[in-house]
Amino acid sequence: MAECHPVGFQWVVEARARGARVFHVDPRYTRTSALADRHLPIRAGADIVLLGALINHVLVNELDFREYVLAYTNAATIVSADFRDTEDLDGLFSGFDAGSRKYDPSSWAYEGVDEEPAAGLRGEQLEGGAHHAEVAGADQYGSGGAREQASPPTDPTLRHPRCVYQILRRHFARYTPELVEQVCGVSKADFAELAGAITENSGREHTTAWVYAVGWTQHTVGAQYIRTASILQLLLGNMGRPGGGILALRGHASIQGSTDIPTLFNILPGYLPMPNAHEHQNLDDYLKGAGAETGFWGRKRSYMVSLLKAWWGEHATADNDFCFGHLPRLTGDHGHYSTVMAQIDGTVKGYFVVGENPAIGSSGGKAQRFGLANLDWLVVRDLTLVETATFWKNGPELATGEMRTEDIATEVFFLPAATHAEKEGTFTNTQRLLQWRHKALDPPEDCRSELWFYHHLGKRIRARLSDDEIDRPLRELAWDYPEEGERAEPSASAVLREINGTGPDGRTLSAYTELKPDGSTRCGCWIYCGVYADEVNQAARRKPDSEQSWVAPEWGWAWPANRRTLYNRASADPEGRPWSERKAYVWWDAEKGEWTGHDVPDFELTKPPDYLPPEGAVAEDALAGTDPFIMQADGKGWLFAPAGLADGPLPTHYEPQESPVPNLLYGQRANPARRLYDRPESPYNPPESPRFPYVLTTYRLTEHHTAGAMSRPLSYLAELQPALFCEVSPELAGLVGLVNGGWATIVTTRTAIEARVLVTERVRPLRVQGHTVHQVGLPYHWGWDGGGLVTGDSTNDLLPIVLDPNVYIQEGKAVTCDLRPGRRPTGPALLELIREYRDG
Amino acid sequence: MAQGGWISRWPVLRQLRGEDGRSRAARSARTDALRPRTEQADSVARSVCPYCAVGCGQLIYVKDGRVTQIEGDPDSPVSRGRLCPKGAASKQLVTHPGRQKHVLYRRPHGTEWEALDLDTAMDMIAERVLRTRRQTWQQEHEGKTVRRTMGIASLGGATLDNEENYLMKKLYTALGAIQVENQARI
Repeated sequence: MAECHPVGFQWVVEARARGARVFHVDPRYTRTSALADRHLPIRAGADIVLLGALINHVLVNELDFREYVLAYTNAATIVSADFRDTEDLDGLFSGFDAGSRKYDPSSWAYEGVDEEPAAGLRGEQLEGGAHHAEVAGADQYGSGGAREQASPPTDPTLRHPRCVYQILRRHFARYTPELVEQVCGVSKADFAELAGAITENSGREHTTAWVYAVGWTQHTVGAQYIRTASILQLLLGNMGRPGGGILALRGHASIQGSTDIPTLFNILPGYLPMPNAHEHQNLDDYLKGAGAETGFWGRKRSYMVSLLKAWWGEHATADNDFCFGHLPRLTGDHGHYSTVMAQIDGTVKGYFVVGENPAIGSSGGKAQRFGLANLDWLVVRDLTLVETATFWKNGPELATGEMRTEDIATEVFFLPAATHAEKEGTFTNTQRLLQWRHKALDPPEDCRSELWFYHHLGKRIRARLSDDEIDRPLRELAWDYPEEGERAEPSASAVLREINGTGPDGRTLSAYTELKPDGSTRCGCWIYCGVYADEVNQAARRKPDSEQSWVAPEWGWAWPANRRTLYNRASADPEGRPWSERKAYVWWDAEKGEWTGHDVPDFELTKPPDYLPPEGAVAEDALAGTDPFIMQADGKGWLFAPAGLADGPLPTHYEPQESPVPNLLYGQRANPARRLYDRPESPYNPPESPRFPYVLTTYRLTEHHTAGAMSRPLSYLAELQPALFCEVSPELAGLVGLVNGGWATIVTTRTAIEARVLVTERVRPLRVQGHTVHQVGLPYHWGWDGGGLVTGDSTNDLLPIVLDPNVYIQEGKAVTCDLRPGRRPTGPALLELIREYRDG
Repeated sequence: MAQGGWISRWPVLRQLRGEDGRSRAARSARTDALRPRTEQADSVARSVCPYCAVGCGQLIYVKDGRVTQIEGDPDSPVSRGRLCPKGAASKQLVTHPGRQKHVLYRRPHGTEWEALDLDTAMDMIAERVLRTRRQTWQQEHEGKTVRRTMGIASLGGATLDNEENYLMKKLYTALGAIQVENQARI
């Protein structure tokens, strides 16, 4: 955090000055470790064992926050008798189909109470596994829950053998301090200190927060890493409370916004799923399959219809299903890496790359570049000539003879972009805060914003349409944004206003609760409804820090409804009183009959704590006054996820695709549902291979940004970090014959790259399963060009293309490699070296 | 400080006399006359750092149509005026000489970039989108209506504004392009 989010880290430093204890779990010693109370070096790829052992420690010693757990989680809920755990099936949950490598999750469901809802649920759950696996469906519930019963059977004594609490106890029973030592390389003493600290610092008077970044997500079990932390935090009562939570440190200025208003294949704005061809012929089918009917997700018809109205305006009517048929349909995985394979296969002809540099930034760079070389046309928009734009002119495949410039038929357009200073608009930061940027000056020469590019591209496309039916969605599209200035820049305010949405009177809406299912409201992204409340750009609010409360509600605008801490109903006890004075945040004011506090309550303002839902209630009415997790079907925090995940209802330790050791827990070595590509462009290092004995992990430096296009051309930054280097321990340097400041060649089955050697005790060899495991650290900011003042080999070229099955993120943080002293071979000799490694 | 002529105030002399060279004895008349660039700016825009997702407030100072300084915004409850090395260097992101300011075109099999004007490039791109869309249009797939093109894909960075992502998703969806992805996946 100190390295990659330095200014955010000031708050950690400040908390520590006020008595907080800080633990840093990371394979490397960094600036964060230097300012922490304790650094725990861990083997990359082993975190579920560490977190699972913390869960086990809490359960075995009954250190959970029992009142919170009983009231706010599904600990007491009884699960189907058909469910079998990984402990029963040697690393598989019930429902796995070895042929398709996918789960049917129906046996993970809550126990049915009667025929009617159980039958309705069963349909989705039966389809669920394959569907989730095909379209990264777990993402569909990003802001809502998967469908489940609002009031499933429970056992509040937590003794029923099939209640979630008992299932958890059995599932994590073997996650012991001894296992942590064996698998993670973290000593029993260090584990005991960590376990003691987090349990002592949780409960009524205290909260503990977990902070993570892509070190937790870029794994074949990435989503389950976060699930493990969620279970721990729910057991300790650390969700929805000040100073608690699981905080994702996102790495790009508006990467949160890019998910909320997604340029992602499987979702529409506000985490509404993209429709699937096989299941969603019309709006009713679609809504039936799109998750919970109870909780606030139960209002998804209002969200969807309002989106369709924002896009197709007066053409979208109740009679034509609000133009639902205009939406293209998915039939499987159309994600980034599958798209690259489709480029290589020749299906994808044209490619827009905007503010992104996949030739350097994505895993398996060679596959990326072979994809680019097989396009008809490519549009690259960026500030500098990134390697994705110049692969045909000076890419590494030209040096090896795998490509020749003259043979590459790709037509390339490079269009220069505007910087953040030269356009206005909002970024959504890592805490869901939208902040409006005012424009400082116009962009120079041909430089333009993406807003300008897509607005004007849309206009030109619309000017060339035919009467053909396939053009109807474009003809009827609401695409009429006011233009400003001599460059005819579309108004970003007008776009934000459309995102916020308007009511029947044409005025902006104030909250998503005002959205209607009948087509009378328009809203481009329901979770952002309110950002333009009262016709005021709320994201542009800048009341100084010193002039408002510590929650700072008048700086920018946080979705949803300007809430700064999600699910904050849980900061009060079931009766609505703060758990403690010290941790008071949101509470029930019985006199006024409403919720109040330091933040906007994440609850219906006047729903009393003793509210009980009537039979058959839908949407939020189906949740009780004690159900804080209002997006979930049952209003509970899910310790056990009965639906919604592609690879199991509970997190389980699997080794990474490429690992130097076997899985000590199960015969099943790696995540059985992981996404593999069985193609020559995507070779894998064999597991436990003596040819690739070391663990490789990648990371960022403070002085550079991602693939380097925003940092390598800047002289201040290039001078601070001029060259790619690998971090190795003195022991590993001695073993391989590496010299500090000299060169090393790092090899995988994908390629070999060279880097300067940094011999340092910041990386320590770990004892794992009786072996010494050496780890190699590599930053990834360099490339051969990119307008960089400093250049170097691309680290991501080393990485495999193997993905988490829930969200299709690549496993970039734990792979294996070999190390050799000296520089890598050049030209065809490089290919020869890789061939030797592959064929042995 | 003792009063006297410029010689007695000369920092070298004061430091030779034993005053602390890292403190007031480092000041000269020239130092006293220096003014911060931020004071002379024609305008200042309240902005947000474009690097990581912490969202530090920035103040962007402009004079004579050029960015002259970018500083942390002390009012921000997120960052309280601080910037990291990248944020502090972000003026160079706008002003560095390697920045590309003109459209470039590489024809199929071409060995060099060629110049192209923006308007022509926009027309050419619009034509290619429509041509590829028509050539690769799928009305049905395995007997189901899909109304889409698998021939056009997009990958965006996560420094795009919300408003930009919104127009992208809206236009691509109306085009029937579904392979629309972002750094947020990666």
